[in-house]
This record gives sequence, C-alpha cells and structure tokens, in this order.
Amino acid sequence: MNARSLGLSTFYYLGLLLIVLPFLKGNTLYLPLFFLALWTLRRTAFAGEQNRTFVRLRARVDRAVIGNHKPLLALLLAGAVALPFVSSNYLIDVFTSALLYAILATALNITVGMTGTLVLGFIGFYAIGAYTTGILTAKLHLCGFWTALPLSGLIALCFGLLLGIPTLRLKGDYLAIVTLGFGEIIKIFLNNLDSYTGGPNGILGIKKPTLFGWGLDSLPAFYWFCLLCLVVEIIIVARIFASRYGRAWVAVRENEMAAAALGIDVFRRHLLSFSLSAFFGGCAGSLFAVKQGFISPDSFTFLESVMVLCMVVLGGIGTIAGAVAGALLLIVLPELLREFALYRMLIFGAVMIAFMIYRPHGLVGSRAIALEQEDSLHG
Amino acid sequence: MLSVDNIELFYGQVHAVKGVSLTVNAGEIVTLIGANGAGKSSTLKAISGVHPTKAGSITFRGEPLQSLPAHAIVGRGISHCPEGRRIFYELTVRENLLMGGFLLSGTTALERLETVMELFPRLRERLTQLGGTLSGGEQQMLAIGRALMSNPALLMLDEPSLGLAPLVVEKIFQRVVELNQGGLTVLLVEQNAHIALGISHRAYVLETGRVILSGQSADLALDERVQKAYLGG
Repeated sequence: MNARSLGLSTFYYLGLLLIVLPFLKGNTLYLPLFFLALWTLRRTAFAGEQNRTFVRLRARVDRAVIGNHKPLLALLLAGAVALPFVSSNYLIDVFTSALLYAILATALNITVGMTGTLVLGFIGFYAIGAYTTGILTAKLHLCGFWTALPLSGLIALCFGLLLGIPTLRLKGDYLAIVTLGFGEIIKIFLNNLDSYTGGPNGILGIKKPTLFGWGLDSLPAFYWFCLLCLVVEIIIVARIFASRYGRAWVAVRENEMAAAALGIDVFRRHLLSFSLSAFFGGCAGSLFAVKQGFISPDSFTFLESVMVLCMVVLGGIGTIAGAVAGALLLIVLPELLREFALYRMLIFGAVMIAFMIYRPHGLVGSRAIALEQEDSLHG
Repeated sequence: MLSVDNIELFYGQVHAVKGVSLTVNAGEIVTLIGANGAGKSSTLKAISGVHPTKAGSITFRGEPLQSLPAHAIVGRGISHCPEGRRIFYELTVRENLLMGGFLLSGTTALERLETVMELFPRLRERLTQLGGTLSGGEQQMLAIGRALMSNPALLMLDEPSLGLAPLVVEKIFQRVVELNQGGLTVLLVEQNAHIALGISHRAYVLETGRVILSGQSADLALDERVQKAYLGG
C-alpha cells in the first residue's frame, strides 16, 4: 500500500468515524463491530470487483439506467408529484426549498457546466428576482405575482447583460472575482436602498398567488407549483443543450480558440449563457419571495452562492440531472441530520469530501463518462 | 487571393510578427517554414482573426479582413485548423464536425457532413465516438474535416504533422494534395520542412518574426541556407 492510498483510507475511516459517532450516542462498544462490518463489506466488494460475472451484471444495470432514462424519469416525477400525500408539512417545506435550489442550480449549471465559466456571485441574480417581485407586489402594489414572475426574470437578465458585456471578456479566476464582487454589491445595495428595499428589515407581506381562483397558499399546492416550474425549466434547458446552440456552448467550454476559428462568436455565446442563467436565477428568486412572504438581504449571502455552486459540482457538472440531484442532496441531507445538531455540519463536510474523493465527477457524472461506459461494453 | 501586407502582432510585450508580407494565389499550396517561435502560427492567427494585429493589412478576395472578428472571417471563406488539433473531446465526432459547419443552415451542414465523411472514411466509422477517444491521426483528420465543413476557399493548416507517426503524416499530406487538386487553396505551416517543401508550390521562410526567404518550393529545397537550417543537409 503506497502513501497516497494509505492517506486516502485513513481519511475515509476518519470521515466515517465522524458520521457514525453521533449515531452511537456514547455506546462506543459498538464501534469496533461497525468497523469490522465495514471492513468485511469492502472485502466483499473487492472480491466482487474481481468477479467477471458480477462486473458484467453491474455494467448491464448501469447501462439499463443510463440507456432507458425515460421510465426512470417518469418514476421520479411520479414520486415527486405524490410526495405531499405521504409526508409531513415540515418535509414538504424542505422539499419545496430543495426544488427552488434545484431551479437555481439548473440555472447556474448553464454557465458553470455548459460554457465553463466560474460564477461566484450567482445569488445576486436570485436576490434581484426576489426583490423585484417583493417591490412590485408588496411595496408598490403595481402588479400581481403573474406579471412579477417574468418581470423578475427579465430584470435579472438585464443585470446579467449589464454585468456580462464588460466582464465576460475576462477569463477564469478574474471573472469569478468580478462576479463575486457583483453578488456583494447587490447585497450592499439592498441593505442601503432603504426607501425601496426596506434596508436590513427587508420586505414583508409578499402574498402567495392564486391560479385560476385556486390559491397556492397551502404547502402542497405551492410545492406542486415549484415542481411545475422546475420541470418547465428543465425542458427548456434540455432542449437548448441538445441543439446546436448547446453544442456551441460545449465547444466554447472545451476550446475557445478552436471555437472562434470555426465561426462561433465566443463572446456572444458566453453572454447568452450568462444572461439565460441570470433569467432563470431571477425567476427562482421570485418564487423564493412568495414562498417566504418575507425577504431580507440576509437570505442572499456569499455562502448561498457557494452552496449553489456546490450543488452543481457535487451533482455532476454539466448535467441537468446532476444539478437537481446536487440540490436535493445539499438541502435534504442537512435537514435530515438536524437531530445531530452539533455534528450536523461536520457530517455534511465529511460527506462532501467523501464525494470529491470517490465520485470526482459528481453524483450523476458527466455524459462523457456515461458514453465511455457504453463504449467499453460494446467494444 | 489572399495578400498579407506588413502585419505586426504582439503577445503583450512580445513582438511575435515583425512586418510579415505574403501572398497566396488561388489553387496554390503555400507553406510557411521556420523554427519554433519564428511567427508562423502567429501569422495564421492574425489572418483568421483569432489574435488581433497591431499594424498592417490583410486582404482576402479584395476585402480587408484585419478589422473583422474571427467568426466573421470564417464566413468569408477562410478556415483555420489550429495547431495541436484542438478538437472537442467531450463532443462526438459527428458533433465536432457539425460545429465546423456552425455557420451553415441545417440541411447544407448535413450535406457537407457527407462530403467530409467521404474524404475521411475513417471518421464515418467513428461517428458516434467521443472526440477524445480517437487516436492522434484520427484526431488530426477530424480537425481537418471540421475545418473543411464550412466549405472554405482557403484552408490554413497549422502543423498537421505534430506528434504523428511518419506513415500517418504521409497519409494526411497526401489527402491535402488531393484536396488542393480538387481546387482548394492551402496555406500550410509546418516544422517538417522536407515534406512541406515537397508538396507545396511556393514557400516562405520565417525567422524571428520576419520573412527571410521566399520563392518556389523546389528552388528553396535546393537553397543552401534552407538546407543547412531546416533540411539537415
């Protein structure tokens, strides 16, 4: 065993120790038993790795899942729709925020995943969307939610263009820093533009909308509405990804110079993906505003930007399913761990590190990997 | 067809091209040879607009190019196949080729795809494979095929022999000659002066950003200075 794998397994067992410790609640006697069980499990898994029948079987299962994603998708969607019937109000609320973050992560994935630009202040667009809805409906009473929702997206898109036109010529880290600054500037503005945004006190009393006279104020109803929004967004984004515009984004991500030499206007592709991201981010913000009924600058911190970015990266950068899975993981997991109070963030961190070690391409992984698996099966 | 007049190109403070002038006539293969850092690739980048020039003019079919952005120049009929292949690893061969026809309409792009696949039958076999899984020679064919997708009048090839086995290099250059016989004008940048002078009509020898020699390839191949510096003679 070389030094690297030794370090890795030490790390692995330490991480597991952190996860298991709170469950044992003082019964340290079970600890050796647990590790023995784990060790046996890993041994069996290793033996399975050597066994060709097992490997072939697993490959076939992998392929079935990757190849026939339609039934799987239908099943997932049915599960998502049925969720409010079987869970508590608390869980519905948790899943509703997970849906909002999924919308946000899918939006961020357009820039980070498809065009490969690192955006750190993405929450700024979320804030713009939320405040647009808040100001228009609760502060100025100019219009209802149904007008405010697209307007929130459009205003976020305008900000995306305003920020993107001068800055998208920058590359990599520099662009990341500029967008980081943007997120902070938005927050400072929200804190200080008292007369419109209510300053640190935020905006109160944003009402939930009604749809054809059917109120969306019950928890399940709003959950379904968010689910619908996510599905609509996914369909739009998936259609774009599969089109030549989506391919052009991938081309820009992989090699800007080659893309330019083939007649792709690199800057315009960047701007397009960035403002589309901003648009969906703004729409998500609008939903957030009506979900909470109250918004303040505290909801839009840098930490939130990082969380959304983590969702995209952990879920599997560049894939829609990855963004959604990442959002579910990062929102639902801390909630489920809530009873471990003190250990919560510790476990959370351990899980994230474990992910980066064992699934560096994210939960869902990239399309390239899926295709490579298929290739190795055929050839 | 193409005339480049006294162009200057900088990378930050580095003066890479110092007043290069050259012409390419329709139907020719013209090659630029020279050592590393002589400014060959930079000259191509200036022509295709990937890197801006500081001074000088570039005219293609009577139209000035130096103020146009790269993506507009492709539409004028110049295709640049950049150094190091630069294919898109995470797109399939088919998608890579279609990116080359980005400016074409859907049906024309598909027709063009057929033509390119006839030129490189190997690509047809690999159509659904990811670009990154191809061998070096296949990647170079893909890069050339991709550059041909836009149906250019002038193809600029930057070091197609880079990192390839001699047999594969020969095959690729043979294809370039066939393309030229079919009416395509080629501007070739090559380290391998021997093979480049063998297939081209005219050549320019670049050294530290300047043209130091130019003429018929056959004559240059016999020139003492060229033989000494580039042909190992």
